Amino acid sequence: MRQMAEIGSKSLPLVVASGFALGTVMTLHTRSTLVMFGAAAIIPTVQALAFFVEIGPLVAGLLLAGRVGSGIGAVLANMRATEQVDGIESLSIDAFKFLVVPRVVSCVLALPLLTLFMDFAGLLGGYLSEFAASRISFELYITRAFENVVLSNFLAPTLKTAVFGFIIGTVSSYFGYTTNEGAAGVGRAATNSVVVSSLLIILADVILVKCIFFVFPENAL
Amino acid sequence: MSGQQKAAVVFDRVSKAFGPKQVLRAVSFEVPVGETLCILGRSGTGKSVTLKLLMSLIKPDHGDIWVDGDEITQLNEAGLSKVRRKMGFLFQDAALFDSLTLYDNLALPLRRLTTKTQDEIDSIIDSVLGQVGLAGDKRKMPSELSGGMRKRAGLARALVLEPKILLADEPSSGLDRITASEIDELLMRQRAEHQTTILVVTHDVHGARRVGDRFAVFDKGDLVAFGTAAEVENSDHETARRLISEK
Repeated sequence: MRQMAEIGSKSLPLVVASGFALGTVMTLHTRSTLVMFGAAAIIPTVQALAFFVEIGPLVAGLLLAGRVGSGIGAVLANMRATEQVDGIESLSIDAFKFLVVPRVVSCVLALPLLTLFMDFAGLLGGYLSEFAASRISFELYITRAFENVVLSNFLAPTLKTAVFGFIIGTVSSYFGYTTNEGAAGVGRAATNSVVVSSLLIILADVILVKCIFFVFPENAL
Repeated sequence: MSGQQKAAVVFDRVSKAFGPKQVLRAVSFEVPVGETLCILGRSGTGKSVTLKLLMSLIKPDHGDIWVDGDEITQLNEAGLSKVRRKMGFLFQDAALFDSLTLYDNLALPLRRLTTKTQDEIDSIIDSVLGQVGLAGDKRKMPSELSGGMRKRAGLARALVLEPKILLADEPSSGLDRITASEIDELLMRQRAEHQTTILVVTHDVHGARRVGDRFAVFDKGDLVAFGTAAEVENSDHETARRLISEK
């Protein structure tokens, strides 16, 4: 529970603020183009599909790789440097199960939930941006946002973030848990956790999108 | 090894290297049950490694290590866990878990490894913290404790499972003489009241002579002298004689 709070609830402000800002900016950018083609009415749909399908999951994954991955890497590396890991082992407690498993599980559970918050914060930011430009009502915006969204647009991309969570948890735990460079290793573990997690998330995203298209071919249309 | 069943700890031709650096070279010694062995030597001569080998936090390259009758170098994790239950380890910097209060640091092994009730756990923790003079500090975080308090807290955690063998890595380092003396007295009381076998790595010869029954002197990975203070003082090895004679 402590790890869920650390990884989940403490990341919420970052995720919501980022989603809101991205949603606002994305509407500002897309609006002029879509208006040019007389397609201003689909701005909410574009916004919803973009956030549910790709922006929400990927940006949430990358943000968490930065905030949580660096935290896990640094904390475990510091525990290794200050002999806290040895301290756990000396008490006949399996340090891997005690330190790594809860962090990985928390990441796997927290990522999809945080992605939901990012998606809806993005929609809210998009709505406020659109409201400022066209005075559209909230009901109409939401109706248009969801009229072309099917469950597979929403469910599969959101659940793929569990894989991102697994990557963040395992990669950062690996770098933190296995360091043996003392204090110097703490910074290195944090940096490596972020860099490798981010790269693997982007790579996994490509593979998972192909898998989603294979399972839900209508999503590829 | 004829004495394996009687000795609490036996090192039999144990060697350990880290990369090209040979830290221990065919080291052999025995510590009888209920005795205190003080391990002396210059920095980087393998003293702390000896304790970590004993706790199986690292594995030897060669040789056998016996703890309370069990040869530990070939044990799996389940077997090691049973052996570690017999030992307590006071780390050089105490190694308290910095995200837990002092109370939770001590409660952790009791909750995970025993079936004791909450009331029993509270009672044990109060008792152990009382022994080390930290009864009023159990809600503090490790960062709120002074160096001496952290050492005593680390000792309390090492004792909370009532170990047969206590390993202490430089228990008096960084402490003033009075606080170091208090730690020494805690170690002596533990041995007197519970017949605990104690291995102490230390640079404090004054303290070592107070608590130790026997002394092992390491130099460049070799065990160069072993025995009582008088025996080490009469050793052929000059470093051993100088170390044990320091005031």
